[in-house]
Amino acid sequence: MAAPASPAAAPSPLIAAVKDAGIAALIALGLALPMLGLVTTQTQAGMGLVPHWDRVAIAVVAVFAGRLLLNLTLWRPGRRKSALAVPPKVEATLARTAKYLGPLAILFAIVMPLLPFTERYAIDLGILVLTYVMLGWGLNIVVGLAGLLDLGYVAFYAVGAYSYALLAQNFGLSFWICLPLAGILAAFWGVLLGFPVLRLRGDYLAIVTLAFGEIIRIVLLNWYWFTGGPNGISGIPRPTFFGIDFDRGPDGFAATFGLSYSPLHRILFLYYLILALALITNLVTIRLRRLPIGRAWEALREDEIACRSLGINTVNTKLTAFALGAMFAGFAGSFFATRQGFISPESFVFMESALILAIVVLGGMGSQFGVAVAAVVMIGGFELFREFSDYRMITFGLVMVLIMVWRPRGLVSSRSPTVFLKEKKAISGALVQEGHG
Amino acid sequence: MSAPLLSIEGVTAYYGAIAALKGVDVTVDEGEIVTLIGANGAGKSTLMMTIFGAPQARDGRIVFDGRDITRVPTHDIARMKLAQSPEGRRVFPRMTVLENLQMGAAVTSYAHYDEDLERMFAIFPRLKERASQRGGTLSGGEQQMLAIARALMSRPRLLLLDEPSLGLAPLIVKQIFSVIRELNRTEGLTVFLVEQNAYHALKLAHRGYVMVNGRITLSGGGRELLEREEVRAAYLEGGRH
Repeated sequence: MAAPASPAAAPSPLIAAVKDAGIAALIALGLALPMLGLVTTQTQAGMGLVPHWDRVAIAVVAVFAGRLLLNLTLWRPGRRKSALAVPPKVEATLARTAKYLGPLAILFAIVMPLLPFTERYAIDLGILVLTYVMLGWGLNIVVGLAGLLDLGYVAFYAVGAYSYALLAQNFGLSFWICLPLAGILAAFWGVLLGFPVLRLRGDYLAIVTLAFGEIIRIVLLNWYWFTGGPNGISGIPRPTFFGIDFDRGPDGFAATFGLSYSPLHRILFLYYLILALALITNLVTIRLRRLPIGRAWEALREDEIACRSLGINTVNTKLTAFALGAMFAGFAGSFFATRQGFISPESFVFMESALILAIVVLGGMGSQFGVAVAAVVMIGGFELFREFSDYRMITFGLVMVLIMVWRPRGLVSSRSPTVFLKEKKAISGALVQEGHG
Repeated sequence: MSAPLLSIEGVTAYYGAIAALKGVDVTVDEGEIVTLIGANGAGKSTLMMTIFGAPQARDGRIVFDGRDITRVPTHDIARMKLAQSPEGRRVFPRMTVLENLQMGAAVTSYAHYDEDLERMFAIFPRLKERASQRGGTLSGGEQQMLAIARALMSRPRLLLLDEPSLGLAPLIVKQIFSVIRELNRTEGLTVFLVEQNAYHALKLAHRGYVMVNGRITLSGGGRELLEREEVRAAYLEGGRH
C-alpha cells in the first residue's frame, strides 16, 4: 500500500510520488471508462450507450490528486509506521474492559425496552439484532470453536422455522412444545450434514455446506404440497405467554394481568424471548468451552492429527459441534417463524448464511463479545442506512475491507484461556500469524 | 521370558499403491528404551503412525500388552496407556501450555490431573514459567518439551517419541534425551524412539533397529550398533553432534 520508494531507483521522493500517483490514475482511468464513462439508456432501437467523459475525467483527477497528496504526507517514505495497527497496550486495555463491557451490554439489553424514550421501532430493531446475535453465537460454535467452515448455516435456521410452522399448523402444538422439537430436528439435520463431511476440511467442507444450504432451500421451494413452495406458510400462530394469548379478549394477556391492552406487550415479550434464547446460547457456549468437549473442539480446530493421538474421537467431536450449532439455529428459526407469522424460502437464501458468517469472522472467531458487537454493527448499520440501501453493499464491502486491514483477526481477537495457574492472561491475536487457527 | 509390551509382526503399510512398510518386525519389552534409526523417507514415522492406526497396517499384527491393536481406531489406541509425541510436535498453537497439557489428560478423565501437572512442571520447569503462554509462541525446544509432557499426562506405559531432536539446538537435544533417560530409569517408562540423530539415539537406547526403505536391516544393542561399521558409515560419519 505504501509508495514504492527505494532510494537508489528514485532520486527524488517527489518524482516517485508523482509516478506512483500517475499509475494509480491510469488504473482509475481503466476502471472508470466502462463503469462511469458509459451509461446505457433506452432508445427506440433498443439499448444505447451515452458517453459521460466528464465523469471519467473527474474520477481520474481525483484519484491522481488524492494519491499524490497521500504519497507526500501519510505514505511519505521514511515516515515511521507503527508495526501494529493497534498498539498492544490498547489491545490489552480493550481485552480487560471487555470483561466489564459484556455484563454492561447485557444489562443495557434488559432495560433498553423499558426506557421511556424507547420507541417501538427500536424494540423491533433490537429483536432483529438479537436474532442475529444468537445466530452468530450458534455459528461460532461450528466455525469459531471447532474450526469447521460452514457456509450453509441458514439451512438449519430454515429447518427450525419450518418445523415450528408446520408442527403448529398441522398439529396445533404450542410454541413452547415446538421450540425444543425444532431444535432437535435442526440438530438432527446438523448430524446428517456432519456425516458426509467428516473427512473434509477447509475449502472442500465450505463447498459441501454451501451446497447443503442450497439443497434445503430448493427442497422447500419445490415441495409444494408440504411447504407451500414459493408461497411459503402464512398465519403461523403467534407465541403465547405460557398459554395466554396477547389479544384483546377477556382471556388475553392484558386482561389476565389487569393491564390495559397494548400491542406493545407482544413485542416486548418477543424481545425478551429472543434475549433469553440468545443468552442461553451464550451461557451454554461459555460452559462448554470449559468442559472437555469444548476443549476438544478447540483442539480439533488447531490440529486434528494431534487430537486423535490424544484419544479424542474426532467423529463424535465434529458431529456434536454441527449438532449443537444447528440446534441453536433451529431455536432461532422457530422464533423467527413465530415473530414473522409468515415464512417462505425467500428468507433463507445464501446471503443470510454469508451475513451470519461475516458477523462471526468480523467479530473475531471464537469471541462471544466480538460476535455480539459485529451483529449490532452490521444489522444495526443495515437498518440505519436503509434510506441509502443502494449503497448498502458498497458500505458493507468497505467495512469488511477496513476491518480486514486493521483487525485481520476480527474485532475482538484475543482468546481467553479456559484454565489458569494464577491469573488470567488474554493473549493478543496480533502475536499469532494469520492462518494459524 | 514374558511377552513383550509391544510387538510388531510382519507389518506392511501403504500410501495408496506405494508400500511404505514392507514387512517390519520390532519388539519392545517393558522398561526398555528402543530406538529406530534410518534415513529420511525410510518409513520410520510411518511405522510410528501405523502403531497408532493411521494408516492401519495392511498385513501383519501389532500387539500391545497382549491385545491386538492392528484394527483399533486411533483414538481408542490412545486410551490404552500408549501415548505419542508426534513428529513435528503438533502442539495446539492457539491454546495455552496449560490447555495443551489438559488435552493430554483427556483420556484419563482428569483422574490424576493436578498431581500429574505438578510432576510435569517438576520435570520441565520451563513449562511452568510458560503456563499461560500460547503453544505457538514457544520456542522449538519448549514445544518439544510440551509435546512430551502432554503425552505423559495420560500416564502411559509406552511412550512413542517421533524425532524429538528435529530442528533443535544440540544443547536442547541433550537436555531432552537426558529427561527421557531419567524417566526410564526412575519410573520404568518404556520408550520407543524414532530418530535421525543416530548417535544420540543409540547412546541412549538399550536396543536399536535400523530401517532402510521400509525394512529392518539391522538390530542389536544400542552400543553394539554404534560400533557397527555399516551404521557408522551410513548414519554417523560426519554426522556426529
